[in-house]
Amino acid sequence: MAGVFFVFLTLLFTLLHAMPGDITNNLIGNPNIPASAREQLRQELGLDLPLWQQYLRYITNFFRGNLGMSFSRAPNSVASILADAIPRTVFLIASATILAYWLGFKTGKIVAWRRGSRSEHVLVTAGVFFQTVFYPWFAIVMLWLFGLILGWFPLGRFITSSLWNATPFTPREMFTWMILSAVAALAVYAAATMVIRRITRRPTTRATAQRVAGGAVVAVLVAAWWASPARVYAADIVHHTILPVITLAIVNYAAVMLLTRSSMLETMKEDYILTARAKGLDEKTIRDRHAARNALLPVTTSMVLALATVVGGAIVTETIFSWPGVGLLILDGITMNDTPLVMGGLAIIGVLALIGHLVADVLYAVLDPRIRLA
Amino acid sequence: MLTEPTRPTEAERAPAVVVSQPYWRVRLSLAWRGLRRTWALFRQNSVGMIGLGIILLFLLGAIAHPILMATVWDPAVYHPVHGYDAVVIEKEVVEEVTDELTQIEVNEARLRTDPFVQVGDTLRMPQQPAPPSLRGEHPHLLGTDPQGRDILSQLLYSIRAAFILGALAAVMSVVVATTVGSVAAYFGGRTDSVLMRFSDLILLLPILPVLIVIGAYFQMNMPILAVTIGLFEGFGATAIVLKSQALQVSVKPFIDAARVAGGGHAHIIFRHLVPNVMPLSLLYMMFGVAGAIALESVLSFLGLLDIEMSWGVMLNVAQRQGYLLSGTRYWWLLFPAGLAVTFLAFAFFLVGRGMDEVINPRLRSR
Repeated sequence: MAGVFFVFLTLLFTLLHAMPGDITNNLIGNPNIPASAREQLRQELGLDLPLWQQYLRYITNFFRGNLGMSFSRAPNSVASILADAIPRTVFLIASATILAYWLGFKTGKIVAWRRGSRSEHVLVTAGVFFQTVFYPWFAIVMLWLFGLILGWFPLGRFITSSLWNATPFTPREMFTWMILSAVAALAVYAAATMVIRRITRRPTTRATAQRVAGGAVVAVLVAAWWASPARVYAADIVHHTILPVITLAIVNYAAVMLLTRSSMLETMKEDYILTARAKGLDEKTIRDRHAARNALLPVTTSMVLALATVVGGAIVTETIFSWPGVGLLILDGITMNDTPLVMGGLAIIGVLALIGHLVADVLYAVLDPRIRLA
Repeated sequence: MLTEPTRPTEAERAPAVVVSQPYWRVRLSLAWRGLRRTWALFRQNSVGMIGLGIILLFLLGAIAHPILMATVWDPAVYHPVHGYDAVVIEKEVVEEVTDELTQIEVNEARLRTDPFVQVGDTLRMPQQPAPPSLRGEHPHLLGTDPQGRDILSQLLYSIRAAFILGALAAVMSVVVATTVGSVAAYFGGRTDSVLMRFSDLILLLPILPVLIVIGAYFQMNMPILAVTIGLFEGFGATAIVLKSQALQVSVKPFIDAARVAGGGHAHIIFRHLVPNVMPLSLLYMMFGVAGAIALESVLSFLGLLDIEMSWGVMLNVAQRQGYLLSGTRYWWLLFPAGLAVTFLAFAFFLVGRGMDEVINPRLRSR
């Protein structure tokens, strides 16, 4: 994995240096800058060194967290600009993915179980449509419909600037706190689930207890934010967040739903399903505990393959919704000729993809004992 | 005393299978029979047939465009890139504009035309983008874009490029993926791990950002884009899937038989392994076409490609001229192009699913 990332960085470096000329070529057109000044700049930037030394510098600087200075946002370093943007992109990708996989798996298994029914046909057709829909166009339509016509959500961006003028909080601190609280709530819910599993073994009791625990955690989280002085600002961020997340999630949801369905259809023909039927188990138990458990495996594998799509989708989402994340930074950097920003952003996207792969691999090992033993 | 072993006479020998036809004809007829069987299975699949129908409709459109240009459409007006038509619309002069298409604010009218215009007058004014209409010397069935070019002409013209791009990218990716997958599965060991680590690397790279950056620094046109997408997909995910399929085939007895019979590596891979991986390859080709068209459209929507006209470019024009959130008011700017990309990808996806059910009997309902 680490080796793969190394090769990725090398590729980035090569791409950067495959361009004819270097960054000082931008100054050629300016008659006030003499050739000696350009030469001096080349020396200062280390562009006169042999390529392997430049490469070594690039790699060591990258791992020291030094991604260079941004050209278009001059006094800021790329690392500090990206530090603002990364949590937003991670949040967008993570919440859309979780939402899509959670709902997609739940509905996918039901759809497969109702094979041949009218509701199946409708859902599958809608699913295929949303999976193949031209994503930027779909995002535009969503923004137009919910932002402009219905006016439920703001037209893009991350915060309402006028609201934040006289606050002691920065959006970045606020967002960090929000994410931390959500993660804490998730952890509490996970702990509660484990406790419930220890206490009772009956599936129905477990399900009810888990639902109650989930509701309680969400209620406490919302109540805590409601009581805090930062309520308005948190609500502002949430308000801006909903539409991009839902838009990205719908497209991924359709893919997960269809995949779960076909995976379920394969599993449903296995002998152990017949055995479960012969034992006289009820349909819901067969579906949820025998078929769906095994159908989950190909769906998890697909997470690795779908990651590239999600990342690409996140970039398009950020462009359409003016969501100031890494993707928008990369595109802005391209229009502004801000090479360090583009390269830094792309490297971060690579890191995110790497972490995503790792998470998917770990999940797969947790779900499939055969992988663990091997 | 040992008797000399007698050679079997002509009559005693087992009757050999007499092949009266040349081998290529036998192969061809076998392939033809296989194709017809597949087609019979595919035809039962309504989903796949709908997809095929949509693709044929698009193909008709692609063929229709040059014919229309040569006969009814005046190239000066209807050319998808260089055409221009100054559509004139009657507008009512009003105090407050409620409908931009048929009304004009009185002060703006005075500035743009006649300083003595009164509220209630009707003016004949050029309108760009013009709404769809059948009237006039040059009817525009889907209206014109902000630069006065016919939308329908652009829509039909873009089909050909989309098909060529999709086909080129998909064929490229499948050829690469099938070869890589088969070679990795057949040789195993170091070859396998090198190729698969390389696939992992490609898989790690999210394709869209990489293409965005390449598009930003290098001029990318259609063929280069197609080859890039093809190589990317071919060495990445598709290669991994096809390798696992090839692995299943490579342990079958007929591969050993071919080896015992003295077949070389290349012979075994391309004559025995690849044909058995082929059905799955074709399936991935269908999905690849849809993916490539969508990628091209996204990139040209972002304005990163060196392409004169495509569905993505049409949306890019609408975006640059500020009609992005115009919604249904200027629907002909957003919906034809967006839906065209969607439906073509939809159709290829449906055909892929139909083929999936032909290849994978477990998915069939019967």
